[in-house]
Amino acid sequence: MRATTRTAYGFLTPYLLIFAAFWVWPIIYSFYLSFLSTRVQPWTFNPTFNWGRLIIDPAFFNAFKNTMIILVIQVPVMIALATLLAVLLNSHLLKARGIMRFAFFAPVVVGEVAYAAVFRLMFQADFGVINKLLALVGVAPISWSSNPTAAMALIITAVTWRWVGYNAIIILSGLQSIPEDVYEAATLDKVSKTRQFFFITLPLLRPIILVCVVLSVIGTMQLFAEPFLITNRGGPGGATETLGLFLYRQGFTVLNFGYASAVAYTIAAIAIVISVINFWLGRDPK
Amino acid sequence: MRSKSQTTLLRTVGLHAVLVPLALIWLFPIWMMIVFSTQPENAIFSSNLVLLPSDQFANNFALLQADTGFLRTVFVSIVVATVYTVVSVFLTSMAGWALARYNFAGKGVVLAIILGTLTLPYFVVVIPQFIMVARDFGLGNTWFALIVPPLFNSLGVLFMRQSFSMMPGELFDAARVEGVKEWQIFLRVALPMARPTIAALCIILFLASWNNYLWPLLINNRPDMMTAPVALGSLIGLTRVSWGGIMTGAVVLTLPMLFAFVVLQRHFVAGIAAGAIK
Repeated sequence: MRATTRTAYGFLTPYLLIFAAFWVWPIIYSFYLSFLSTRVQPWTFNPTFNWGRLIIDPAFFNAFKNTMIILVIQVPVMIALATLLAVLLNSHLLKARGIMRFAFFAPVVVGEVAYAAVFRLMFQADFGVINKLLALVGVAPISWSSNPTAAMALIITAVTWRWVGYNAIIILSGLQSIPEDVYEAATLDKVSKTRQFFFITLPLLRPIILVCVVLSVIGTMQLFAEPFLITNRGGPGGATETLGLFLYRQGFTVLNFGYASAVAYTIAAIAIVISVINFWLGRDPK
Repeated sequence: MRSKSQTTLLRTVGLHAVLVPLALIWLFPIWMMIVFSTQPENAIFSSNLVLLPSDQFANNFALLQADTGFLRTVFVSIVVATVYTVVSVFLTSMAGWALARYNFAGKGVVLAIILGTLTLPYFVVVIPQFIMVARDFGLGNTWFALIVPPLFNSLGVLFMRQSFSMMPGELFDAARVEGVKEWQIFLRVALPMARPTIAALCIILFLASWNNYLWPLLINNRPDMMTAPVALGSLIGLTRVSWGGIMTGAVVLTLPMLFAFVVLQRHFVAGIAAGAIK
């Protein structure tokens, strides 16, 4: 082995050991687990046991459906809002820039449990501050925790509140890497600001928006703490049960590790397929 | 020229007409967290609209402390996040250094694997990690369980690699000519030069560990080895638990991070942006 190779692996070894123990082995092991019947001891090899159940399990289908609904509504809304915020926060005309940025970026540092607690309390049906504020403008109280549609809207609202600033930071950094003279030239040519946004800014931001979409999709596929804590274990009656929550239940409440592993691999497969489609749709047209 | 300055004025007004209400909406949950934490229970659950703080924070916190031994869990969280951050910064710096400054067999493979894990959902590894740590090693409810399994992170490596590869190579070559050993070049020359990157990475790692919920929830359930978010989460949804108390816990978890965010905003933003750009 060449000397540089030996030195390089010297630096890499501690990191790679952690990687091997806590990622490589688990990835292989959970694939194997998904082919085991783990409901009763001893575990036995039964390739169709979990995968066969997955295809026909209405509870899995419900979690899958809910996750997809959240994905299809929440991700586009959030990314559009994040792009808008990034453009507005980047404006030369903005006053109190620091406070404005703080308002939208602050949720990024708020932990899942803390924000879930506040949202649960704010959206409480009888005494929650949101229903009290809605009453001021004449809206009848909404039963956020017992109406399935309202509960879903609550989850989508909460996730958007928490993550829009994160995506805006990323898009803003992309905006700031666009050279100023591109816009100066466009302004000289009397291109309106709106057209500049659609024909200069958006195309140049496309790669970075794509990254945001993929990160958000992966995040949504694993949504767990919000339905677990805000809508009380995916309530009402499973209306906000997500794939992440379903996996948690199978793996760590029922301790059916084999079935949970099959669910985990399904989540990974869906996330990868959606990511690939995204990159394919967003590839350079050339 | 007058028409131009009028357009500018119009734009400025329009911009703030959109942003100011949105900013207030976005700040509202954090404001209400603080308000709730200072209100007595009967004010939170009254039919009056309460939007301003009161003076019951200490009482509420005492209720939370009685429910969970919250101070102990905050201590656990501080220790875990600190040790995790220090160890992780070292591991990822070393790996990033190797990937930035040496050409070696298998480099492409290592890099591809690290990049690949970025798109892999954590759920694929969490079940075997749990089986391995809790059942096979019998290490549930330990510091090891809280700190070591989450250590692998691909973001830090890519972040550090980027920083090291932008440094001038002549500097390291000069040290080599003088016979300085490779690990000394790394420790004495490269690491100090990477200080801004390390600062940003520290913040991101500390925050991730401080707010981590799922793994500590699974692996540690003994009250004295719970992290603060897990202890707080265990109260949500229970009846006869003080909501004012829960909110004081949320404030204790959130305000230090918000304060750090205000002071170190530049590093935070750099860390988050770098994570996505790679």
